[in-house]
Amino acid sequence: MKPFAYHQPSQIPDAAKLLTSIEDSKLVAGGMTLIPTLKQRLANPPALVDLSKLGNLKGITDDGATITIGAMTPHAVVAASKLVQSKIPGLAVLASMIGDPAVRSRGTIGGSVANNDPAADYPAGVLGLGATIVTSTREIAADKFFLGLFETALEVSEIITAIRFPVPLKAGYAKFKAPASRYALVGVFVAKFADGVRVAVTGAGSGVFRVPPMEAALSGNFDPTAVAAIKIDTDGLTSDIHAEADYRAHLVTVMAKRAVDAALS
Amino acid sequence: MGNVIGIGASPKRKEDQRFLTGRGNYVSDIKRPGMTAGVFVRSPHGHAVLRGIDKSAALASPGVIAVLTGEDAAADKLGSLPCGWGISDANGVPMKEPPFPMLAQGKVRFVGDMVAFVVAETPEQANEAAELLKVDYEVLPSVVGVLEAVRPGAPQLFDDVPNNICCDWELGDKAAVETAFRKAAHVAKLSLVNNRLIGNPMEPRAAIAEYEPGTDRFTLWTTSQFPHVVRFLMGALVLNIPQHKLRVVAPDVGGGFGVKQFHYGEEAVITWAAKRVMRPIKWVASRSEGYVSDRHGRDHVTEAELALDETGKFLAFRVNTLANMGGYLSTFGPNIPTNLYAPLLGGVYTTPAIYCNVKVVFTNTVPVDAYRGAGRPEATFVLERMVDVAASEMGIDRVEIRRRNMIPKEAYPYQTPVLVQYDSGDPMGCLDGALIAADVKNFGIRKAASASKGKFRGLGYSTYVEACGLAPSRFAGRLGARGGLYESATVRVHPTGQVTVMIGTHNHGQGHETTFAQIVSEKLGVSFEDVDIVYGDTDRVQFGMGTYGSRSLVVGGAALSKATDKVIVKGKKIAAHLLEASEVDIQFEAGKFSVAGTDRIKTFEEIAGAAYVPHNYPLEVLEPGLEEQAYYDPVNFTYPGGCHIAEVEVDPETGTVTLVNYTAVDDVGTVINPMIVEGQLHGGIVQGVGQALFENAVYDESSGQLLSGSLMDYCMPRADHMPMMKVSTHSTLCTHTPMGVKGCGEVGTIGSPAAVINAVVDALSHLGVTHVDMPATPNRIWRLLQNASLPVAAE
Ligand SMILES: Cc1cc2nc3c(=O)[nH]c(=O)nc-3n(C[C@H](O)[C@H](O)[C@H](O)COP(=O)(O)OP(=O)(O)OC[C@H]3O[C@@H](n4cnc5c(N)ncnc54)[C@H](O)[C@@H]3O)c2cc1C
Repeated sequence: MKPFAYHQPSQIPDAAKLLTSIEDSKLVAGGMTLIPTLKQRLANPPALVDLSKLGNLKGITDDGATITIGAMTPHAVVAASKLVQSKIPGLAVLASMIGDPAVRSRGTIGGSVANNDPAADYPAGVLGLGATIVTSTREIAADKFFLGLFETALEVSEIITAIRFPVPLKAGYAKFKAPASRYALVGVFVAKFADGVRVAVTGAGSGVFRVPPMEAALSGNFDPTAVAAIKIDTDGLTSDIHAEADYRAHLVTVMAKRAVDAALS
Repeated sequence: MGNVIGIGASPKRKEDQRFLTGRGNYVSDIKRPGMTAGVFVRSPHGHAVLRGIDKSAALASPGVIAVLTGEDAAADKLGSLPCGWGISDANGVPMKEPPFPMLAQGKVRFVGDMVAFVVAETPEQANEAAELLKVDYEVLPSVVGVLEAVRPGAPQLFDDVPNNICCDWELGDKAAVETAFRKAAHVAKLSLVNNRLIGNPMEPRAAIAEYEPGTDRFTLWTTSQFPHVVRFLMGALVLNIPQHKLRVVAPDVGGGFGVKQFHYGEEAVITWAAKRVMRPIKWVASRSEGYVSDRHGRDHVTEAELALDETGKFLAFRVNTLANMGGYLSTFGPNIPTNLYAPLLGGVYTTPAIYCNVKVVFTNTVPVDAYRGAGRPEATFVLERMVDVAASEMGIDRVEIRRRNMIPKEAYPYQTPVLVQYDSGDPMGCLDGALIAADVKNFGIRKAASASKGKFRGLGYSTYVEACGLAPSRFAGRLGARGGLYESATVRVHPTGQVTVMIGTHNHGQGHETTFAQIVSEKLGVSFEDVDIVYGDTDRVQFGMGTYGSRSLVVGGAALSKATDKVIVKGKKIAAHLLEASEVDIQFEAGKFSVAGTDRIKTFEEIAGAAYVPHNYPLEVLEPGLEEQAYYDPVNFTYPGGCHIAEVEVDPETGTVTLVNYTAVDDVGTVINPMIVEGQLHGGIVQGVGQALFENAVYDESSGQLLSGSLMDYCMPRADHMPMMKVSTHSTLCTHTPMGVKGCGEVGTIGSPAAVINAVVDALSHLGVTHVDMPATPNRIWRLLQNASLPVAAE
């Protein structure tokens, strides 16, 4: 790890100001992704801006039709939240499947969404539920937020403050864990709303994506059999030492079925 | 005074008190006054000419004390890292043995090959400077796989090693095997890969070196399984440091599995550098560094053929293997896929003729050497897979074909056609026990239950034997060992009757401090608490070959037993003197010396006290003191074995294999501490399951980059991969070790991969699957099912 300056602002505007004034400085939330990259000397920011002292970034609130989760809320809190468990059980299940207990205690929803790892779980939940990413300056729809491999719509000095999830009629998540890392080799989130079904896939490609044919089929018949025969094109899917693209494509179908199954049970 | 806790008891492990309370003392815990930090600069290329190194920027970096390269080592006339075994081909031509410089000279041959050592005041400064070192590489094409390496036109690692073949080795009667094949009613064939593994001990490798000008002595603290061997190899053969001027300490070591039983270049470089900078230096490998520098294991490509008569009797076995050595010969490298492999191809069967050819091949990968089981898991995997293939082709039940060919208990000692002679064993007894323990008779019910959930269930057997207790020096010497493989122990009885044992084996998780104390407690009748076991320090322990090859109890324990016997003999002399009796009339039992047929008694404590107070001693026939030493060189290997039965469930939708039941009945000879033996079996089985289902070291073919270079990509077995295991012993006693022990450290890794893969193949056999290579990952299984082109009904 290289030396860096450390800031712990208490106001969001101060944090944003530090990000613009110190070139290449980085926000740190739970540090579960950022700190290892610093230790491996893959990133050498001159300064870290710690979000932990900013007020109002932690916690889960119920606005009736939506659930809002503060950016600094750790995965373990989401997983254990009675509110999330009752309103969007699939999201609580998703959070409970991230990493291990230590990672879930430190890692945050804001950090995960901002990082947009192609194999991370939260992006599937955020896109699958059509959530809104609330930042220091604006609100961004999930469909406009994830821009592929570690890319998001966030500006340099923009800070995620919360994620707002519409409460679905039903939702479920199925994750096939990568054998070694236990990130998602393929994860599929399905959510049924009054006006239709959303299906979001993580792990399979360079970033989270939706599957319109599955959404159409499930909108007509929200049952595992509706997607069982829908095959995904291997174009743009990842091949690596753990899984080739055609296997990932196959898993998308299997996990979609299982996610619907989970949503129904 | 505590109690005698002897052979067969399961006291809690003495060493766990300090391990579990954070009071262990590992190399990286040690701090020396004025200590500096060292960092190795490693090749990022699989194969490259080293055109030059510009040290200037690194040297100018803050805090830097020295930057050393292969040229500096050459200028100081340092030796090359020695190989401990010299094997020869069928014509007696010795293997090609290119030099293995401790820092690369002229060329780098694998990603991770060391090119420089940077010493600075702090690890951060050393890392900073290491990044500034300018190394001019001319990148060459790499070759990482054995099949590719021996092909004409393949990149050549060494100018004088044509086709990258280090040695074309063979064992067995080729002509007899050919004759038998001509007469065979059936010939079964099998091609397989034994996947490359990375050991991943919990504690990464580390070293501290210090030079004391006042005494002209060096001390090296290192994460080693065999400090005395490091002292010899490094002192005598690499750095020219006289043995009495070099102390090697291997303190608490957090797991080895073989990875720490070699003399590594890092040890030599840091020791050499410590004198050059006249300051102690510490180096601690990162996990990622371990991946590209810890010696790897396995990595074979094999073709095997089994000849059978019409009743399924094995007539002959022929095996051709290409074994990967990596970029250089490591300490035991060429011995593993040859001498520790081919002699095990007889297994527990009466196969009369066996021939094995092994081409030992250099590639642009980390050097390959011993890893828990070392050669024997590879042999067992080939043989036990082969047996299943033959059974299925001939339509004979897998258990039945094993029974028809098994060596009966009465036939021991049994001479195999491949050098080794098994002294004892009862493979049929282990098989019978395992069949019951695994509830094989109700397997059909469980299989049907799985099928009703859309899952395929399979059962796999591995009836195996291994050779361990390395090793009879006479035998090893004939096979090419350049050293002996005995062990030594000193039993020091203090005037108050407590005992300190100095032993040449090394405890890095095996529980020696407990097991060895039990042996002494039992034999001398002293309290278990009153025995301490000292190891891992060449200044404290007389000599030793260390711990590997399931040798500690078998060879070290035997030396300890012998030394303890000598203490009793000496004690009897002292007792005879004190009790005014003849030595032959003195009996020793349960900690008491007595005159036969009388009530005249001296306790062990009284004798210990008297040994150090030699008032009116007959000094001409009796020396003061009570301390004895013994060296033990085994007369044969020991042959633990047994039967492992794995039961798996395959999810055809995802290709996931779940191990649902695991049963092992093993013959490990006398069991000293059942709890520790059970732990060794558990750990070994999990490691074998890791090889079968999860672990795989993968290199990029053209660049030579290690693609599975971290725990994110290299899948270790985890607790939730394992069912509760049913492990038990069915022991016959070894006829030539003092206590009848056979060793248990490696049996788990040796028996299990074949059991697991046989189970996976069994689960899929109705789809026409006849073989699955390791690791049986979901992706691989799914693809097999795709290719099986049969309906995969999971709905
Ligand atoms: C061993 C291990 C296993 C893991 N397994 C999984 C898994 O199975 N599934 C999974 O999804 N993830 C997994 N993770 C990742 C984990 O979920 C991380 O916690 C998460 O991705 C990042 O969250 P963080 O709070 O730790 O962010 P940090 O590491 O602190 O930050 C990550 C990035 O996001 C930026 N950032 C952080 N917060 C904000 C914000 N509010 N606004 C804008 N930018 C911000 C940072 O600047 C940084 O670039 C694993 C991590 C580890 C170490």
